[in-house]
Amino acid sequence: MTEVKSPEVPAPPAAVPSELTPTGGRWGRLRPFLPLVALAVALILPYSTLELHGIFEGPLNSPGTLQLLAVCLVFGGLAAGYDLLFGRTGMLSFGHALYFAAGVYGTDILVTKAGLPLWQAAILTITGGTILAALLGAIALRTVGIAFAMVTLAFAQVGAILVARDFGGLTGGEEGLPLDVSGLPQGLVGVSNTVNLYWLALAYLVVVVLVVHRVSGSPTGRVLAGLRDDERRIGVLGLDPYRFKLVAFTLAGGLAAGGGVVYTLIVGGASPHITSSELTLSLLVMVVLGGPGTRWGPVLGGILYMYLDHRLVAFGTSDAVDALPAFLSRPLSQPLFVLGTVFILAVYFFPGGLASLAPRLALLRHSLRTPRRNG
Amino acid sequence: MDTVILLTLTGLGLSALYFLVASGLSLVFGLADVLNFAHGLFLGVGAYATWWAAGNLPGAGGDGFGFVLAVAFGVLAGTLVAILVELVLIRPLYSRTIEQVLVTVGLSLAGVALLQATWGADPRTFPRPDWTREVTSVLGANVPNGGLLLIIAAVVVLAAILSFLRWTRYGLVIRAGVENREMVTALGIDVRKAFTLVFAIGGAAAALAGALGSVYFGTVSPGQGGSLLIFAFIVVVIGGMGSVVGSAYAAVAVGLLQQFVNYYGTSGLGDICVVGLLAVVLLLRPQGIAGKVATA
Amino acid sequence: MTTEPVLSVEDLSVRIAGLHILQGVSFTVAPTGVTVLLGRNGVGKTTTLRAVLGLTPTGGEVRGSIRMGAQTLLARPTHRLVRDGLGYVPEDRCVFAGLTVAENLRLAERRGTTPAYDKVFALFPELDRRGRQRAGSLSGGQQQMLAIGRVLLNDNRLLLVDEPTKGLAPKVVTEVAEVLERVAESVPVLLVEQNLAVVRRLARDAVVLAAGRVAWTGDARELLLETALTRSLLGVGSADGHHHEAAPAAAAREDGH
Repeated sequence: MTEVKSPEVPAPPAAVPSELTPTGGRWGRLRPFLPLVALAVALILPYSTLELHGIFEGPLNSPGTLQLLAVCLVFGGLAAGYDLLFGRTGMLSFGHALYFAAGVYGTDILVTKAGLPLWQAAILTITGGTILAALLGAIALRTVGIAFAMVTLAFAQVGAILVARDFGGLTGGEEGLPLDVSGLPQGLVGVSNTVNLYWLALAYLVVVVLVVHRVSGSPTGRVLAGLRDDERRIGVLGLDPYRFKLVAFTLAGGLAAGGGVVYTLIVGGASPHITSSELTLSLLVMVVLGGPGTRWGPVLGGILYMYLDHRLVAFGTSDAVDALPAFLSRPLSQPLFVLGTVFILAVYFFPGGLASLAPRLALLRHSLRTPRRNG
Repeated sequence: MDTVILLTLTGLGLSALYFLVASGLSLVFGLADVLNFAHGLFLGVGAYATWWAAGNLPGAGGDGFGFVLAVAFGVLAGTLVAILVELVLIRPLYSRTIEQVLVTVGLSLAGVALLQATWGADPRTFPRPDWTREVTSVLGANVPNGGLLLIIAAVVVLAAILSFLRWTRYGLVIRAGVENREMVTALGIDVRKAFTLVFAIGGAAAALAGALGSVYFGTVSPGQGGSLLIFAFIVVVIGGMGSVVGSAYAAVAVGLLQQFVNYYGTSGLGDICVVGLLAVVLLLRPQGIAGKVATA
Repeated sequence: MTTEPVLSVEDLSVRIAGLHILQGVSFTVAPTGVTVLLGRNGVGKTTTLRAVLGLTPTGGEVRGSIRMGAQTLLARPTHRLVRDGLGYVPEDRCVFAGLTVAENLRLAERRGTTPAYDKVFALFPELDRRGRQRAGSLSGGQQQMLAIGRVLLNDNRLLLVDEPTKGLAPKVVTEVAEVLERVAESVPVLLVEQNLAVVRRLARDAVVLAAGRVAWTGDARELLLETALTRSLLGVGSADGHHHEAAPAAAAREDGH
């Protein structure tokens, strides 16, 4: 039951098929440290004035770039949290946007309308989001498979309606609700402090990654993996799938609400588009592009997706694209067209997402090397 | 009393729209187990193709026979896109349900973006015959003709689908396939042909919904299909996946509930009641009201 | 019996969801008469039939070779195999409950051949009388007749019949056995059957599976005479035919219909 199919899951390098590692040499030894290297780069980044033309608009430490990076990091964390459901437990929820939106609107409303200090608003929001996930999960999980997807989609739709119709004048309806920054800590306000929001986003991502890895490495995580592979086997063991799924659902909901808190601060308010089912669909795309059930795939998928989503707009209006005939340049200027297409191709050709590329490359290197060694 | 009649008929107009989208979704899901997120795209294609035809296709126009021709063109376009989607994207992933859902998700994102890229994000005025803007007096209530047109179209489509399922060989194959797909192949029938067929039927009905819905609303926009799709999903689940008749009942229930509660309660409350209805139905009868049987 | 076997299975291995259900099964089916596939519950009898038909669930892995005459069956779509003359009567009958009896039969018609309704109705007059009745409302025995009848509408080179007497009343079991006996006069049958009385009446050759492998092949009557052998291979006390592992559950299901 604990047999984990994907070789990347909580994987010390020993879990990689043995024929791939023996001569892995430098890579094999370096791999466990790659995340630390990435973290170090992320930590140094705001101190760099490096200009990467074409990749970012300003230098790395410009507020614009940092804000984009912060949004990317938050979505990296959101995708990792969503993967707890989709990749690690096999639950296809179409309503994850609801808990993220609860985090965003909860914080915004409590700060802006109720005038609470940020830390109180954040605690209340995350608690509220978690409870919401537990309650709705308790109902939705009475169904399985596609019906579960439908119910979660419908619940999220209620959230979208509540926000759009502006019940009680709380959400600002279609206009959204700008965050009242007067009561916030000074360090989180103003363009010059964008770097602090970046830190916050990075911290959120790190927390999510740690939680998800902690959970998936625990006995509970092994039960969740078992549920994904074959639910009946878990039932046979005398464990109640419902309770384990509810734990995962609640946890993922809480993590998403936390992401919502950070996101509100970064973008300075709430707008109704984050409640749409499209957001959940993009989370799904992020996870699948990155590699469901893998350690870093969803994080990378989330970061990359948001980056492309923002940058493809600039790419679409760039001279290179404008020079193309209209039937090419117009679709290419739509980030969702490009991402949707890439996603479909990924489903066909890279079912394991980005994370599956590394082992594939290793396999390729291996097969290229083998003949030389043998003859 | 007038208000009740008006609300009933406009609610039924909404039901008709839901049914046109849901019937295809339901058949596709019942037979092929594909939860088709790209169904909203078929609707968008139908609407835009009709809009385009009314302005550009020789002989087609915004009124009279020209309008019928434009709608026919829109339906044809939606059908062709649906067939293409099934043949090119769904069929290679035969019986890999999750991948199929993912592909339709990608398609819905990319497709709507493509419509937006081609015709812009803003709603465009939809050409429509003058009489659809007028009202007809039904028992003292002034009902918009556009809504009545939708109701009539839905009834015709319902009758057409049911007779197709009841009287033709392919209808028989579809009904049997919804019950037990594997056994159909074990009788020597290539069930994948029936998949293409239900996609075509669903695409046609959705495209018709797109065209006539745009007539009703007076505008066409790329995202139109998306919001409708969620309610159509709800209708499919309540009605029982795979059952066309169940979808019809559920569409009527959902449309009326939404219309009445939105009118007598706060706007938006009706939508929420619909989700409540879904939750209740699922908890009491997880297979929906008609179960997984394509009744004809 | 020197003629070519109608079906030969060689080194067939099936793996579903990580479980090795069949591990190198080889046997042949004679061109006439009934070959019975025996074994305890869960040993892979149904899996074998379904692998022959190409009905292994998605994600399942099938290896080895399956040939009908000169034709290789593996990797060909099920509907083609069936059109080439492989008739399947599945476990639990699998008639289409929402369709009428006549519709169930019409579904089995194949383009290009004339369906042998006269033959089917001669065997099962009941099916003719109940044409407009929904198949779901038939009794278990009648459903079994329908499941066999729809296969007999067409000419077949081989019939695969999975537990046709499961859950049926003793009198009906005898009727089904009689029918299968007559059917087997004109077409070879590969039969999965738990009821040893039926096996004794119908089967000429037997293939016994145990632990995913072939444990015994040979003359069916010879096997049944060897009580000790039968007991060790099938886990059955004696060949009295009353033993039926799945009987209570199946009987309950029949009541429900």
